[in-house]
Amino acid sequence: MTSGPDRRFWLRAGLTAILGAGVAACDKLTQSPQVNQVLDGAQTWNRRLHGLLVGSRALAREYEASAISVDFRANGTTSPDSDDYQKHVASGFADWRLQIGGLVERPLSLSLSDLKAAPSRSQITRHDCVEGWSAIAQWKGARLGAILERAGLKPQARYLAFFCADTLEMTLDGTGDYYETIGVEDAFHPQTLLAYEMNHQPLPVAHGAPIRLRLERQLGYKMAKYVMRIEAVESFANLGRGKGGYWEDRGYQWYAGI
Amino acid sequence: MRADKPLRNNRILVHRHGVLVRATHWVNAVTLLVLLLSGLQILCAHPAFYWGDTSEFAHPFVSITPVTAANGELRGVVNWTEGAVDTTGILGASRSADGQMSARAFPAWLTLPAELDLGAGRRWHFFFAWIFVLNGALYLADGAVRRRLASDLVPTGAELKHIGRDLLDHLRLRFPKGEAARRYNVLQKLAYLAVVFIVLPVMVLTGLAMSPAIDARFHLLTQVLGGRQSARTLHFIGVSSLAAFVMVHIAMVALAGPFNLLRSMITGRLVIRNDEAAQ
Repeated sequence: MTSGPDRRFWLRAGLTAILGAGVAACDKLTQSPQVNQVLDGAQTWNRRLHGLLVGSRALAREYEASAISVDFRANGTTSPDSDDYQKHVASGFADWRLQIGGLVERPLSLSLSDLKAAPSRSQITRHDCVEGWSAIAQWKGARLGAILERAGLKPQARYLAFFCADTLEMTLDGTGDYYETIGVEDAFHPQTLLAYEMNHQPLPVAHGAPIRLRLERQLGYKMAKYVMRIEAVESFANLGRGKGGYWEDRGYQWYAGI
Repeated sequence: MRADKPLRNNRILVHRHGVLVRATHWVNAVTLLVLLLSGLQILCAHPAFYWGDTSEFAHPFVSITPVTAANGELRGVVNWTEGAVDTTGILGASRSADGQMSARAFPAWLTLPAELDLGAGRRWHFFFAWIFVLNGALYLADGAVRRRLASDLVPTGAELKHIGRDLLDHLRLRFPKGEAARRYNVLQKLAYLAVVFIVLPVMVLTGLAMSPAIDARFHLLTQVLGGRQSARTLHFIGVSSLAAFVMVHIAMVALAGPFNLLRSMITGRLVIRNDEAAQ
């Protein structure tokens, strides 16, 4: 029989080897593109299951005014530093225009007052951040569906791409600029807004002035702030790094309903 | 039921666990481990818990935070409504692979992947959530069809009457060895019932309630749980009780005969003492 210390040594060496191999294997696995592709398969199942269970019409829960959060955290960029954007802030977005183009019959160029005159909706909803926190606010904005009806989507249009004034990461090719894409069906959801008002005040700069997207049934990173241009597209493969959004290009899921 | 096989020294080899129970047990073990580690990775993005629908950032129920001490050293602290405790090295601040102290809620060896990567953590978590649910459904369906859930897991009145003595025996580390080891004892039954029908379903429901899409269709679920942040807090309390269960479970296996019990969960065969021959 092996003596005490010797056995302990081999036990410890064995355990360390097994644990070490396990950790190394896990690290290899998490970096493997094939493994990540398989894991990403769940995203499709989640989207389909949600499509079946939730459907395209269900409304996100709306709250009483008393539920509005005192402290609503602003994530990502809280003040885009480009000269153009800062000039807009200084002039109260008087010369700001939202460009709507791509696969549409009638490209639009809308001022903030045009947007405010468009069919609108006000809602008190909960904002869920991918990090895990939630906050409630009142939002008012132009219904994206009504704007898109005015522009007239071409039949090939499958996604709406939102291009923003903020750059989250400095890159040479511009792939650090914030952008997002959503499906056409979600764009026509009645609670999907181009919000210009938060808690009955003009949308603050920290939260995306002059307009941010509200896409109530998905997580916060889908709700692009500082939206400057909207384009109807057939595919987002050629935008940014091809995954459908700034954070999607950096590993987040395109479908953020979970 | 497969026949027993007598062995030397008054022992019998019995068929203890069916193949489906064994298979789902091990799939579940791996799945829960991946869900735990990837869940802790996700939690690193905002290691604070609240009650209700929203996060009142200034007043979390429990939070894990890094703090810089007066001497410039990085420390980890767990805060709750009544106080705080220094958890440097494990929670709040821990050493990464290169030996550097870094600010992170959970140490690298407790997260999947090891480095901080919320997107990757979510990818692992939501993939294995499917495996967990499908595997659990298979176990429950098989158990219901074969009436195994009722016969194996529901304690009899007589068993419940003697629960005090069973508890004492367990605390004295005296475990059933003979005929009684052919089935679960009352403490096992109650523990497994609680895990299978309370803790694990709570994990699924609180998980679903955190999804804004599911919440849009099933407001009631989130409301019954007390709001989205309550659901998130309950999800963590649930996983903590699950981790406690697994630790006790492994300790019991280690104390009651790890070789024999592990074999019974792998090959299905368990060696028990022949009570009749012993008398």
